[in-house]
Amino acid sequence: MSRKITLEDLSPGTSGKVLALNATGDLGQRLLDLGFYPGVEFRVIRNAPLNDPFELEMMGYLISLRHKEAGFVEVQPL
Amino acid sequence: MSTRVYAALAGQPNSGKSTIFNMLTGARQFVANYPGVTVEKKVGYFSQDSAKVELVDLPGTYSLTSYSMEERVARDFVLNDDPTVVLNVVDASNLRRNLYLTMQLLEMDIPVVLDLNMIDVAKKKGYEIDKEVLEEELGVKTVTSDGKRGVGREELRHILAHAGDGQIGLPSFRMDYGPLEPAIGRLQNLLELEPELKSRCPTRWLAIKLLEDDERAVSLAKEHALQWSELENSLVGERQAFEADFTIRPAQHIAFRRHETAERVAKAALKAKYPGRRSLTDRIDGVLCHRVAGPIIMCAVFYSLFELAVSQGGRLAAMVTPYLSQAQFFLEGFLPAPGYMHEPLITSLASWFMTSVSALLVYIPQFFILFALIAILEDVGYLPRMAFMLDRIFKRFGLHGNSTLPFILGGIYVGGCAVPGVMACRAVPDERARLATILTVPLMNCLAKTAFYIMLVGAFFPNNQAGAMFFISTITLIMALPIARVLSLTVLKTHETAPFIMEMPTYHLPTVRAVLTRAFERIWVYIKKVLTIVAAVAVVIWALLQFPGVDQAKTDHFQQQAQAALAKFEKAIAKTPLAKRINSEDDLMALFAFRADYRAAKAAAAGDRAASKAVNTRFKAMDPVFFEAVKNRRSKSYKAFNKLRKTRARIWRERQGERINNSILGKMGMVLEPISQFAGFDWRVNVAMISSFAARESATATFKVLYGIGNDGKYAGPAMGDSAGGKPITPLNATALMLFMALFPPCLATIIIVRVATQSYRWMLFAFAYPSILGMLAACLVYTGGGALGLSGWEAMWTYYGLALAFAVFMGWLPLKRYSSNPKGA
Ligand SMILES: Nc1nc2c(ncn2[C@@H]2O[C@H](COP(=O)(O)OP(=O)(O)O)[C@@H](O)[C@H]2O)c(=O)[nH]1
Ligand SMILES: [Mg+2]
Repeated sequence: MSRKITLEDLSPGTSGKVLALNATGDLGQRLLDLGFYPGVEFRVIRNAPLNDPFELEMMGYLISLRHKEAGFVEVQPL
Repeated sequence: MSTRVYAALAGQPNSGKSTIFNMLTGARQFVANYPGVTVEKKVGYFSQDSAKVELVDLPGTYSLTSYSMEERVARDFVLNDDPTVVLNVVDASNLRRNLYLTMQLLEMDIPVVLDLNMIDVAKKKGYEIDKEVLEEELGVKTVTSDGKRGVGREELRHILAHAGDGQIGLPSFRMDYGPLEPAIGRLQNLLELEPELKSRCPTRWLAIKLLEDDERAVSLAKEHALQWSELENSLVGERQAFEADFTIRPAQHIAFRRHETAERVAKAALKAKYPGRRSLTDRIDGVLCHRVAGPIIMCAVFYSLFELAVSQGGRLAAMVTPYLSQAQFFLEGFLPAPGYMHEPLITSLASWFMTSVSALLVYIPQFFILFALIAILEDVGYLPRMAFMLDRIFKRFGLHGNSTLPFILGGIYVGGCAVPGVMACRAVPDERARLATILTVPLMNCLAKTAFYIMLVGAFFPNNQAGAMFFISTITLIMALPIARVLSLTVLKTHETAPFIMEMPTYHLPTVRAVLTRAFERIWVYIKKVLTIVAAVAVVIWALLQFPGVDQAKTDHFQQQAQAALAKFEKAIAKTPLAKRINSEDDLMALFAFRADYRAAKAAAAGDRAASKAVNTRFKAMDPVFFEAVKNRRSKSYKAFNKLRKTRARIWRERQGERINNSILGKMGMVLEPISQFAGFDWRVNVAMISSFAARESATATFKVLYGIGNDGKYAGPAMGDSAGGKPITPLNATALMLFMALFPPCLATIIIVRVATQSYRWMLFAFAYPSILGMLAACLVYTGGGALGLSGWEAMWTYYGLALAFAVFMGWLPLKRYSSNPKGA
């Protein structure tokens, strides 16, 4: 089975759509609460000066998260 | 007859809750904490149409789970405090996401009013929101507001004032969870049979929370259910059955449904679509978070923060100082005056007390500027950007991007203050990282420590001043970072952490109102908590330094010296006009008082020639004989009086030293000597260190005397006051002492702020104890270890630096724990 694409794999400038959330517990809940759910579209904007975390835009607002934590969001690049 | 209304403001962060809160309540508000937790509770009042409304600003949350302290606080408040109405403040320019929280509030069976705030921003973005559609869909009263400009104030006040009249019913909205509904229904039926649970929360809400596997809901049910095992069985059964049928856990399904519903409602209510062009905030971030420009701008921001608060504020403090000492001088005038040798206890206590309090009062102008500047950064939305840029470094040491500001304020290089630093820790959302930050910020270089270092560096490293200052200024951060990591791996291990998922809020122009309100709030905390407690502790420390006092033999000895000096003085002035004037101790003290007044008047004239001359003329006219004795350097009476004055001052100083040595604190210094000798500290150094705890500023002056450093800032070789008992003080001593000071327990004000910030005496004691022990170890390592290897102070310094740096790199390099896909299960 090929590895699924996650948010961690997208580089700044690319857009995508959330397919699934693979995290539960605290992290999963935080992702959910900030608006990650299947079907939502987003755009990766930029990395921090030291590369981590990064900033993305969805539904008209901006969110920053760490690459590691983004690895739990399965996405489809658009 | 007036009715009482108890209303709460709920909403997502940055929706403008605090702005609405200020708009509604005006100045009648105060800040406290929710019992037992560090979450801030703001309460305000207003009266309208014969109703008295008490308004509580709940913490801003994206959701109402039990994962974070803020969410638990907000949720418990709604469930347990029985508010008359909850005003849900919604960012109208971000409707879809904000409605996600609204959905959850509507499930809690309380009257809700929806406030579409930031309606101006929404309009500017091109949204048009149909209020009727929202009211229809959600079944709640809906209003619009622009908190920044006060639009909507009257309507909101009116609605809240009449919330108790029964016009606002329970929301009719009911979320449809689709395929999960049958399970919810079955659980709800079971819960209906539990009277205790039923009385505590709505059964449908609890059924949903139990299916979500919400930790607190489960423990609530466990505690109060009559038939818990039965309930648990069917709960687990329902969860598994659902997951088997729909290949999704109920918790995710529930959240997804809420999002879908929020999206549907938002779509229905929005008449214009999201334009999809690059927002202004995004474009600003392009500069402020730019790879190169971002860090440069951030440094510029820090620099201006310091320039304005420390330098300019310092100037302001310097302006305030003379007034404070004048006030103190004036107040001391009411106390019994000291005699030639007699010092009234009450006078000594009151002076000590006033000196301690005014040492802290001096900081108020500086703190006010600092707090206002931070409030501006907060209001603008810059703080999360700082966190964004530095998170990567801090994370490696168990800290958080938001630890940046506290460290900067604490004095990451030189010249900060731990009090505002610790206060700024509230912005760290992750509890473990917040505690680690609170515990390490006091290790930074505050202003008082900086002055201390400058003194020691100047005296013992005269040829390497810049290098030694660089050492002490940077070693603190090099030590603090790995210490933070060690703390978070050990004592803080069990505390909650939170993922770094953070909204980067829209940039706003700050409002004067919000900035001043926040600055006053913080200053008030400082005054209320720190000043009052410091005042109380100052009295205790005074007593510990005062009693049991000087023994009889010594007292007699001092008395004899004093009498001898007095006899000499009388003999010297015998042939001058002054002799006729000095007939009693009162006369003598009048001369002392005359001199003090004269000096004060001269100081007030401060360099102004004409004014200075006028003072001379005035005092000469007042009493020509006394004037001669205080002014004419060549006169006999001046010389005699000058000698007497100096001798008296010396005797008083020695008596005071003797008293301190005999005191309870002095005894403590001796008890510690067997350990501290390995750090090169004798008991007198210990006493000086312990007593500097009340106000760190005094340490510099004390050690100057103790270490025999002259007024020219140079070390003059083993002196009378020398602490090593005749042994010369070496640069190695100085290095050990500086390191000890760097790690030394935070000052009293900081300790109290740590208590305020952690709401715990245990952490307060810990914040006191661990740096003391570490500081002692570091000083012993340098003094005893360095001595054994025959290192000079300078060599020991850099050897230590190398070791600390290696340790820091090692701790930073230690792998971080990777998130498992199920952190709770791990
Ligand atoms: N334009 C505009 N700005 C607002 C409005 N309400 C609040 N703000 C700004 O939004 C920012 C966040 O507001 P605040 O009250 O601190 O939000 P809270 O986090 O919900 O307490 C501040 O900069 C406010 O000045 C509004 O109605 N219109
Ligand atoms: Mg607020």
